[in-house]
Amino acid sequence: MNESAAIDARQALPQEADTCFARFIDVQKSYDGVELVVKGFNLDIQRGEFITLLGPSGSGKTTCLMMMAGFETPTHGEILLQGQPINGLPPHKRGIGMVFQNYALFPHMTVAENLAFPLEVRHLPKAEIARQVDRALGMVRLEGFGSRRPAQLSGGQQQRVALARALVFEPELVLMDEPLGALDKNLREEMQYEIKRIHASLGVTMIYVTHDQTEALTMSDRIAVFNDGVVQQLATPETLYELPENAFVASFIGENNRLQGEVVEHLGERCEVVLDSGERVVARPVAVGGVGTRTTLSLRPERVALIGDDDEGRYDNRFSGIVQEVIYLGDHLRTRLQLCGNDEFILKTPNAEGNASLRPGQSVTVGWTWQDCRALDA
Amino acid sequence: MSQSPSDTLTTADGVPLKVSLRRAVRRSKFKALLLVSPLLAFLIIAFVMPILDMLWRSVDNPEVSTRLSRTVEALEGWDGESLPGEPVFAALVADLREGQEARDLGLLSSRLNYEKSGMRSAISRTARRLGNLEPPYREALIEINDSWGELSTWKLIERESSPYTLSYYLAAMDRQLSPEGEIVKVPDYLEIHVALFWRTFWMSAVITGLTLLLGYPIAYLLANLPLRHSNLLMILVLLPFWTSLLVRTTTWIAILQSQGVLNDMMVAIGVIADEARWQMIHNKTGTIVAMTHILLPFMILPLYSVMKTIPPSYMRAARSLGGKPILSFRRVYFPLTIPGIAAGGILVFILAIGYYITPALVGGQSGRFITNYIAYHMQTSLNWGLAAAIASILLLVVIVFYLVFNRLIGVDKVKLG
Repeated sequence: MNESAAIDARQALPQEADTCFARFIDVQKSYDGVELVVKGFNLDIQRGEFITLLGPSGSGKTTCLMMMAGFETPTHGEILLQGQPINGLPPHKRGIGMVFQNYALFPHMTVAENLAFPLEVRHLPKAEIARQVDRALGMVRLEGFGSRRPAQLSGGQQQRVALARALVFEPELVLMDEPLGALDKNLREEMQYEIKRIHASLGVTMIYVTHDQTEALTMSDRIAVFNDGVVQQLATPETLYELPENAFVASFIGENNRLQGEVVEHLGERCEVVLDSGERVVARPVAVGGVGTRTTLSLRPERVALIGDDDEGRYDNRFSGIVQEVIYLGDHLRTRLQLCGNDEFILKTPNAEGNASLRPGQSVTVGWTWQDCRALDA
Repeated sequence: MSQSPSDTLTTADGVPLKVSLRRAVRRSKFKALLLVSPLLAFLIIAFVMPILDMLWRSVDNPEVSTRLSRTVEALEGWDGESLPGEPVFAALVADLREGQEARDLGLLSSRLNYEKSGMRSAISRTARRLGNLEPPYREALIEINDSWGELSTWKLIERESSPYTLSYYLAAMDRQLSPEGEIVKVPDYLEIHVALFWRTFWMSAVITGLTLLLGYPIAYLLANLPLRHSNLLMILVLLPFWTSLLVRTTTWIAILQSQGVLNDMMVAIGVIADEARWQMIHNKTGTIVAMTHILLPFMILPLYSVMKTIPPSYMRAARSLGGKPILSFRRVYFPLTIPGIAAGGILVFILAIGYYITPALVGGQSGRFITNYIAYHMQTSLNWGLAAAIASILLLVVIVFYLVFNRLIGVDKVKLG
């Protein structure tokens, strides 16, 4: 049952500064001198890593990316690239590839000219440029598209060209600013795997900005969850999902049942919480103070089980609720319960035999273990 | 793809689809036409008809054929080698008598005088003595004025007897028909129009270039500053439109004249001596400065409208790919603004070559445009045919520029704001 410890161990990373490929050290950014958009950002990036900056819009993630690219200057703090401070270095001297939200393909140039641009400004010989352009087109599977204009390509193809252009001059670091935001769902998923494949085959370091948690979970080695200019949690996808450290991360990553209450007993590894509706719940204390502090209990809907008559005693927490609504989603069922004074308690059950018989108004008993129920900040 | 289905498609009742569609939209088209009809009528009356009238006047040549109809008739079959015979002179006297009674000999004498100087006095002198003129008219007329004894006079009358003429266009290009019917240059001291056309074109080109130079950075700021600042800047750009053109032009006189603000300042800080003040007004400098100022918004607005559609990420992409700022600008930003440059350029250039008030007020003798000569021929010399011919040439130049522009850039790219 102690899988969380294993995840924690996997998350452990070398903290030696010299081995870091890129570092943000106490970076702060303010546009108007009144408000900080980024408040003390610290991040160590290993060579070859895929790091995602995830957060709602306005959380400061894009600003951090722009500071790395050189389009914004940090108000305070330092950014290091391969051990060298780059605060004063103009963007064109940083050698960082970048993929923009709307691709920013030059509309007056053909695909091949777009790809040749970074090579031409580096004064490569013509034959070499042609060879590299062909290679880059092959990498994104767009052989033969060189003479087209960006406007003649579909969204997905433009996205591939933008990716190829950011990679063609072989940068060691590639930044991506919500590159898949404009694509439809199927194409987006296809491109996620494509980017992962390219990342794995080239071994470049990538910093990826998105507000889409699924995208972040699918692609990243590590994810930095941003909110309000602060990194809420920096961890691997598994850790973020399984072991969120605060209420924001818990609610931002995946679905989440929230129960409000007060800690009444703190036993170190576990604690007891009395909900506002009066029920007593055993939970794992993650970010709570001592007895008497308010807390938000976070519980994944798929970790809540329907309890039949035969599994008496398997769950630490058992409550009965009334089914409000059942939504059929094919592979699983989403059941909304009224439980512990919460009208929005969600229960996810796989569409297995015997599980499909819930009806609104029916009374059911559900249960969950104390390990799955995390007591976070209020 | 290869076969067109349109000619076989029909609606359910067998009417061809196209016919049916046309019927369906006819009513709404008619309503739309009704809405624009006041404007359409206004445009036809105030714009299309004057232009047609102008084109007509530039070739219209009624004076000789109507006023001297008998003479023209009598001249038919004339060999052109020697002076015509007595019947022609008799017909001329009859024509002139009728003209004197109708009091419209002035138009005729002016018309003939354009082509041959001395004709005005010949006709007016003859007209005064028509009362007691006795046959034989040939000798009598030649005695009154030598012109009637010159072969070229009669050739002129014969030549201009056609109701249409190209002689106004020839005059507008500083050309004329010699008595032998060849196109020759007018004497040097009469040459004026061609030089003025060239001056109009090159000064307009200079003005267009200056507005581009000054307007490009402003348009860039307008398109890229935060909204709060760009709104203020836009108001500043549009401010001149709220001030009378006349006021803006005369302000430049106050600034640039030899006792003006700029000269006074230069003298005060010791850049120039009091007796060596710059002559900046009533010459080419004055016209160029004032017109650049006045036409600047017409360059800024099309540039702005194009620049606004260029996302900042293009330049960022170019920079991140390793392009130095100037190279990125040259390779990426500048090519994308060419439609705006062309639109602003064609707009300013066309407006400039047709500009009148500003060169008239601040141009002096050397800074005048061809338009000032059109006005001169309209108001002072009253040679409307020549004015119409010059204006038609100007119109033709504008149309040619427009067509070239449309070919190279496309008119649909022109947007204001």
